[in-house]
Parts: sequence; C-alpha cells; structure tokens
Amino acid sequence: MFRNQYDNDVTVWSPQGRLHQVEYAMEAVKQGSATVGVKSSSHAVLVALKRASSELAAHQKKIMPIDKHIAVSISGLTADARVLSRFMRTECLNEHFAHNQALSLNKLMERVGAKMQIATQRYDKRPYGVGLLLAGFDEDGPHIYQTCPSANYYDCQAMAIGARSQSARTYLERHLEEFGSSTREELIRHALRALRDTLPNDVELTNKNCSIAVVGKGEDLSIYDDDDVNPYLEGLDQEERRGGAGGSRDAQPPAAEDDATAGAAASADATAAAPPPPPAAEDQGDSMETD
Amino acid sequence: MSLEVMSSPDYMRDPRKHHFYPYADNGGTSVAIAGDDFVMIASDTRLSRGFNIFSRDQGKVFGLTPTTMMASSGCWADVLTLNKVLQARLTMYSHEHHDQMSTTAVAQLLSTMLYWRRFFPYYVSNILAGIDEEGKGVVYHYDPVGHMEKLTFSATGASVSQIQPLLDNQIGGLNMLDVQPPKMTKELARQLIHDAFVSAAERDINTGDGILIHTITKDGKTEETVKLRRD
Repeated sequence: MFRNQYDNDVTVWSPQGRLHQVEYAMEAVKQGSATVGVKSSSHAVLVALKRASSELAAHQKKIMPIDKHIAVSISGLTADARVLSRFMRTECLNEHFAHNQALSLNKLMERVGAKMQIATQRYDKRPYGVGLLLAGFDEDGPHIYQTCPSANYYDCQAMAIGARSQSARTYLERHLEEFGSSTREELIRHALRALRDTLPNDVELTNKNCSIAVVGKGEDLSIYDDDDVNPYLEGLDQEERRGGAGGSRDAQPPAAEDDATAGAAASADATAAAPPPPPAAEDQGDSMETD
Repeated sequence: MSLEVMSSPDYMRDPRKHHFYPYADNGGTSVAIAGDDFVMIASDTRLSRGFNIFSRDQGKVFGLTPTTMMASSGCWADVLTLNKVLQARLTMYSHEHHDQMSTTAVAQLLSTMLYWRRFFPYYVSNILAGIDEEGKGVVYHYDPVGHMEKLTFSATGASVSQIQPLLDNQIGGLNMLDVQPPKMTKELARQLIHDAFVSAAERDINTGDGILIHTITKDGKTEETVKLRRD
C-alpha cells in the first residue's frame, strides 16, 4: 500500500513498524537454490542444490568449509555470502591462535549476528542479501543454525531455505521425530529426500548438482562433490517422492505482494504467501548473481 | 654474604643498569635427509636453558601438511609463535585455493614470513622437509631471517657444528678422495641420523634425552623414537 514511500532506506521505518529494505533483502534468499540442514544426536548434515547459470558454466559452489568442525551453505547473493564466510573463517582462526580451541557455534553465531545487524542500522550500508545454514559440531554436540538478512539467527533441529524450500520443510516436519536417532547414512538420506522434494518432477539429484557436508562426533568436516556424492545418491531416484514441488515452470501464480499481515520481518522467511516463481533459465543472466 | 645482603633487592646488590634481553636459547637440534621418494626429519627431545633442563620429552618437529614437516629450535617462545602463525596461514591458503599448500609454496612462505621480522627476528633455526610436486624428497635450510637453501641433507640447532660436517662427509662425500657417496635409502638415513645424534649428545649439553624421527613419503608419515643419554 504505502510501502513505496518507506522502502528506499534501511534507516526508515514504515508506519506499520517495519523495515522494508530488510524484508526485500529476505526475498533475495528465496531466489537462491534450495539447501537443507538436519542434525541427529551425533552428526550435522547439509545438502545443497547447485545451480549452473548456463550449460557452459560450472555449477556454483554452495557449501563452504569454515573450520574443521563447521560448514556453511548459502542461499542468495553469493558475493555477500563470501564476505560472511571470510569473516567466520578469521574468527575461527583467531580462536585457534589465541585460545587453542575450536570456536563454539553459539559464540560464532553471536558474532555473525552482530556483524549483520550493523548493516540494518546504517544509512551507508545495505543488509546482507544471503541466508546461511550452518552445520557444526562443538562441545555441546551437533548444531544447525539458520541466519537471515534481518540478522536474526535460529538454532534448528532441521531447516531448509531457498527456492521451493517449503516442500523440503514439509518433509522435515513430517520426519522430525526420526532424526535424533538416525545414523550418519540415514541422516544424509533424509536431507537428500527433503532436497529432492524441492525439484520439479522431471529433474533429479545428480552428482553434478548436489553437494553434501557432514560433521559429527569423532569426525572432522567432510564435503562431498561430484563423484564423492555417488554413494549417497545410490538408489535415491528409485524412491517415491512425497509431496514433490511438481508443476511446470510456466503457469505460476503471481507472488502476493500485500503480505502486510505476514507478521514480524523475522518470520516472513518461512511462511509467506505463494512462493515467488522460480527464475527461468534464460533470465538468470540479468538478475543479481543469486545461487 | 650476610643474610641482610642476600635478601635485599637486585638494584641494591647490583647497581649496574639492568637490561632486558628478549631472547632465550632453549637448545634443540634437528636433522633432515632426503631420498628419491622419501624424506626423514628428526629432532632431539630436550628443552633446556643453560644448565637447566625444562623437558626431556619435547619434540621440535611440527606437521604442516600431509607431505611437509618443519623442525624448529632456538628460542622456544618464538618457535611456538612461528608455528602458530604458519598453521593459520596454511589454513587460510587451503580455504582460498581449495587445496593443501605444496612443499615449495610452504618453503617460500616461511622465508617471507621470517624476513618480515628482519628487524626483530624470530630467534629460530628452521629446517623444512617434504615431498615436492614430482614426488622427490626435498630439504630446505633457513637462518633466523629467512635465508633459504634447497638441499638434500641438513642439520640445524645447538649441535649443528658437530652434525653438519658428519653429514657432509658421509652423504656429500666431501673432504675425501675417490669416494662416491652411497645412494640414499631409508635404512641409511635412519642409521646416519641415529649415529649423528648419539655423537652430538656425547659432546653437547644442549642435546640429549631422546630422538624423534619422522619419515614422509607420498603415502603418509611414520614416527619413531630412540632413547639418548640423559646427562
């Protein structure tokens, strides 16, 4: 409605008490391809769908190692994600150098949150246009954390972000009770099934478009790409999909703009109205490099 | 001396200007020998200061990558800090390059890092040993400010004067007439290292207690301990 007057600067409140720039930044996360994180009592797993901007290009890396016990998967502006990753890496390095210990996830999230918040309160900055899923293992066990451009961060049992991620979240909610006692292999399988549910019916997970990261008790971080992913994808395409995204890319409902009632900016990420139409392969060159 | 004098503060007993010297010599000796497809790097395990022994079980060889190791001796505070900074640099490299640093790259990095401190040096004698990109063993010898030499064998540290001539003669065939040095094998390298340290421990108070010998090949690393005299 009157959104347009109050959405030019992140330092301007709307009469409804919202920062529209921050909410717009969260839309960027939904443009990126899906990524899923799950944890059990002993392991934390991330899987991500890699996107290639054209047939000629390589699939964009989605999962970045931060330290031997932490990996992060990105959805949104890749360049912003790299800045945050570099920050997290230096924080972890400094902890090793000065304190001879691994940085615990909760401490790291506090620092990342503080850094991201600055960009939501300065007139000369813009919010980070990327959502992160962190998987880590520290003295308190395995963790999955989600961050938003709003600088909020959430400690999760399981989470999915990115394009069509609602289907993945539905799978995760249905199987939530099973994750705690899952083995390492079962956990990865759950994450892959959730990720698969975000794909249209005619697309499958392959070793080209899928990345896996695992970390856990007695196990340093491993990230699998290309051929290393094969053992985990074995037999997955035989399994039936439950509640797949389905539908063609053409006829999409227009994304509802007046989600003024969607509540505080913090939760707009998860449950807004119909998800925005996925960008067709040809458009991707024009828009910002979100992956 | 009377009791009053013994308990008075330093400045009353010794009126000369006191000077803070930032370095300490904690001893330690290292040796590295390279072969066609392996390299052996060893150090003694004594940490000392003057006539005092701090530890009989402190190895001076640090692992850097799966194919590279470094032996450092001298001022132990500087050894630890140099190693910590180097480990951080290696991690940063692998994050950016998605790969471990090669032995030659680590060698150059160490040289640069040492020279950055040209005007307040790391009081550390270094030897770097590793497998190069062609699979051959290689040894790099450093001085405290980063002068670097690529070699096939080297010694450094407290007993360098005793051990280096022995290696020059036995491996390099130096100072002898009509003698060809033998082809280097793991058995020969191990035997030379063992004998060199045993001889050095006899004559140098800063060397002794034990030897830690590491062998690196492209397939991995192994470690061996040997006891030395503890006097």
